[in-house]
Amino acid sequence: MNRRRFLAASAVAPALITGSCTRDQTVSGRIVGGGHAIGHRLRTLGALPKPTHTIKADVVVVGGGVAGLAAARKLKQLGVEKVVVLELEEKAGGTSLSESNAINAYPWGAHYVPLPGKDCHEVLEFFGEIGLIKGHDAAGRPIYDEMSLCHDPQERLFIHGEWHEGISPTAGLDANGREQFKRFADEIEKWRVKQVFSLPVDRSRRDPEALELDTLTMAAWLNQKGFNAEALLWQVDYSCRDDFGGGIHEVSAWAGLHYFASRTGEAANAEHETVLTWEEGNGWLVGHLKAIDAEIRAQHLVMRMEAVESGGVEVDAFDCEHEEMNRFQARAAICALPRFVAQRIIPGLTPIPGLEYAPWVVANLTLDELPPSPGFHPAWDNVVYRGPSLGYVNANHQTLRSRPIETVITHYEALCEAPPAKSREWMLTQTHAQWTERVLGAFSAPHPDLREHVQQMDIWLWGHGMIRPRPGFLWGKERELMQAHRPPIFFAHTDMSGMALFEEAYTRGVQAALALKAAL
Amino acid sequence: MAPRPWLLLLSVFAIATCGLVYELIAGTLASYLLGDSVTQFSTIIGVYLFAMGVGSWLSRFVTGNLIRTFIRVEFLIALLGGCSAALLFLVFGWTISFRIPLYSLVFLIGCFVGLEIPLLLRIMEGRFAFKDLVSNVFSFDYIGALLASLLFPLVLVPHLGLVRSAFLFGLINASVGLLALHLLRGEFNGARRLWFTGLSVTGVLLFGLLKGDVITGWGELAAFADPVIYAESTPYQRIVLTRQKDDLRLFLNSNLQFSSRDEYRYHEALVHPGLSRLPQAKKVLILGGGDGLAAREVLRYPRIEGITLCDLDPAMTKLFASAPMLTAQNAGALSSPRLHIENADAFTWLGEARGPFDFVIIDFPDPSNFSLGKLYTTTFYQRLLKCMSPEAALVVQSTSPYVARQSFWCVDATLRACGLVTEPYHAMVPSFGEWGFVLASKQSLSGPAVLPPDLRFVTEEVLAQFPKFPPDMSRVETEINRLNNQALVRYFEDEWAK
Repeated sequence: MNRRRFLAASAVAPALITGSCTRDQTVSGRIVGGGHAIGHRLRTLGALPKPTHTIKADVVVVGGGVAGLAAARKLKQLGVEKVVVLELEEKAGGTSLSESNAINAYPWGAHYVPLPGKDCHEVLEFFGEIGLIKGHDAAGRPIYDEMSLCHDPQERLFIHGEWHEGISPTAGLDANGREQFKRFADEIEKWRVKQVFSLPVDRSRRDPEALELDTLTMAAWLNQKGFNAEALLWQVDYSCRDDFGGGIHEVSAWAGLHYFASRTGEAANAEHETVLTWEEGNGWLVGHLKAIDAEIRAQHLVMRMEAVESGGVEVDAFDCEHEEMNRFQARAAICALPRFVAQRIIPGLTPIPGLEYAPWVVANLTLDELPPSPGFHPAWDNVVYRGPSLGYVNANHQTLRSRPIETVITHYEALCEAPPAKSREWMLTQTHAQWTERVLGAFSAPHPDLREHVQQMDIWLWGHGMIRPRPGFLWGKERELMQAHRPPIFFAHTDMSGMALFEEAYTRGVQAALALKAAL
Repeated sequence: MAPRPWLLLLSVFAIATCGLVYELIAGTLASYLLGDSVTQFSTIIGVYLFAMGVGSWLSRFVTGNLIRTFIRVEFLIALLGGCSAALLFLVFGWTISFRIPLYSLVFLIGCFVGLEIPLLLRIMEGRFAFKDLVSNVFSFDYIGALLASLLFPLVLVPHLGLVRSAFLFGLINASVGLLALHLLRGEFNGARRLWFTGLSVTGVLLFGLLKGDVITGWGELAAFADPVIYAESTPYQRIVLTRQKDDLRLFLNSNLQFSSRDEYRYHEALVHPGLSRLPQAKKVLILGGGDGLAAREVLRYPRIEGITLCDLDPAMTKLFASAPMLTAQNAGALSSPRLHIENADAFTWLGEARGPFDFVIIDFPDPSNFSLGKLYTTTFYQRLLKCMSPEAALVVQSTSPYVARQSFWCVDATLRACGLVTEPYHAMVPSFGEWGFVLASKQSLSGPAVLPPDLRFVTEEVLAQFPKFPPDMSRVETEINRLNNQALVRYFEDEWAK
């Protein structure tokens, strides 16, 4: 019996023994992430309670996501004595939050970083500091810690009834389809050679032809160029949803092409498409960012941050755990919050119209085993062609246990069908059972028996998951307005970049810290 | 209608024969698949007789039309008993605990067979004098048993095999049911449905009888040429031992691990080229090798003070430390006071500071999937190097350089990428073919080989031949096997698929 037949056979056995008695079981789990509920209190709370404690610090960092933590870490490196980070959730990490159970660590949000290009020098430096980059080869390419490079196989796609290696839906394409994929690759290569697109976004060249791309949607650009092959449109749409939380009809062509043409990272010991990833996703990076002696205060709902006339900043934050108001007084502050929150708590901050945030749903499914499915072997990222889900990531892919059976898989979905505000309203009406059906439904083609293997399914709703680079946003007035610091308050958030990527968040954090230190 | 006593007694005779045949089939199958025939037969007979008792007791609750119930029971026995061998064969490869379906089926058949005689007695009650009835029924019952016990070993097993014998006797049970249905047709209602049931069962059994070979071909046992003497599914793998005369073979997940006829060639070639040139070596680590055969070779060196054997599966090491047939193979190596067993996952086990070891033997299964492929990567070897003394060497079993040339040289390239000096070599192991090994060390090994006495394969002359690769196996350029490319698994899949 060869291995495939053996696997197929072992898949039948549990069914023979257990029969169909597990059919009607409801999946246990809960909807987690109370932050959005607390956040809404910001809008509904009437008069502010009086502060009961006053805490002095050199710098207060408001927001414990990647940008805030990177800023705090940099400030400590620059010798700032007392840095306090205020975080709304129980744990810092923002959308790179992670958790673990008896089986695996697993992400609640961002879960990988592509190999950074040379323009990401802050990020590259950080990777060197934490030992992720172990050195360089003769050509100057970084040598990465191989435990952190995505183990092979990286991706698979479920199409035509079975899994195929890789994410491109190129299996069984007709001549026209193959021609379009080829032509699309040529377009990308053309832009790559021009070296217009870069990461961080603001290090891109202001090329007039490229800036034109920001006035139309990715769908319009594809149409203009005569791309209409279904498989190609799907792949481009998938990529946009994955990185920007919006499909080709929502995001600008500049953003869409940026996705494909900006990634220039290299490694001495990996192909350039390889990503850096960990069991707990970017939570691993958060762990390193937190390994500083900045004080992190969780469950702090910041109500107000304001410069005071005598110099310095006052930050009022409601300690949700102890139910009391704390007043922080610092020489300066970094606001590492999304802009839509920042403009509610900083008096006089110009409101930016038309910020569009993509709502995301992330589900973590604890499985007794990943049920076998026809075709290629399980990969790190497992995507169903034309499915609503962005796929599932297998948390134990990066482990070294030679025979992991139980695992946690993480499902991602960016809600794109309706306008974001509508989707957010709808999200809050859905019960755990409804989410369960939605998630299981997304994988019913490759895994019709998934329900029988789910021991626990927890759902995280990211109402404002990430900023969406709709046409005109990246190179328009709004983003420009957000760049300005207002000493003693400095800003660091991916909203300022228009793309919610780790590289952007980290660089914004470091830049804000440097600007603040210079101003102190 | 007039009872025809000889027909009814013929039925008793037939069902008695069938009942015993099912019991014998289950017992033989269990001995064949699980080994230890005394235990298997004893427990099967026990369960079967107990179940018959339960069936007899249950017969008191049968009311209503006895004939109809009797015919139904016949059809049920025909189906269960007739398909029993085929079902058990198929289930064997697929379950972790084979005993659950085995004893359940034996119990069910036993129960129904236990119902038969009491029901028949009650049906015939009043048609015969009681003393004649009891005497006749039991005589024919026991004569049937004798016939079965003679037919089974002399005719059925050699000529029909277990699977088809079961189907044949299922057909006999079904015929008894159909005969009763015909003879006693005036005595109950609903005969039409019973005819339908009876004929369907007959159809299924006939199909089985004709296609029995195809069905066994679906089962796992088709994969093994020799009789299986032991099989066990552990959480990690399926362990199967077969034996044909003096040839004992171990299979893990259906892949041959050794044949007792020539395993000494493999294990001598694995251990001695390296260890015989390490006069200072005192501590040895064996990764994999839960069969204790590599350990047996290491123990030939009196200077070795301690062996750590790290094998994932406790069932393997336990089996090879205790079963006399297997300890005879490994000379009791796993019970040696110089040897210490760790049942752990090698990759994670090496993550903590271990050693330092002077010689490491890596005897993992071939890199046939991505999980196993991780154990052949740069990351794995780098981890291992931290647990090795500066003068230490390691040896890796590296699949066949003849069949899987790129795979073999990929292991070599990967070890060299870790900064090691390598000495690839190969040996002929008839049951495997040309087999490859890579010896690697931090500094090149210079000393002469001092071999232990009494080796059957490796001599100084043979050692000199090992590193010579003819053109069809000579070095090819390959990628380095890393966690993020799994180059080796890809070569291996390609090359062994040919």
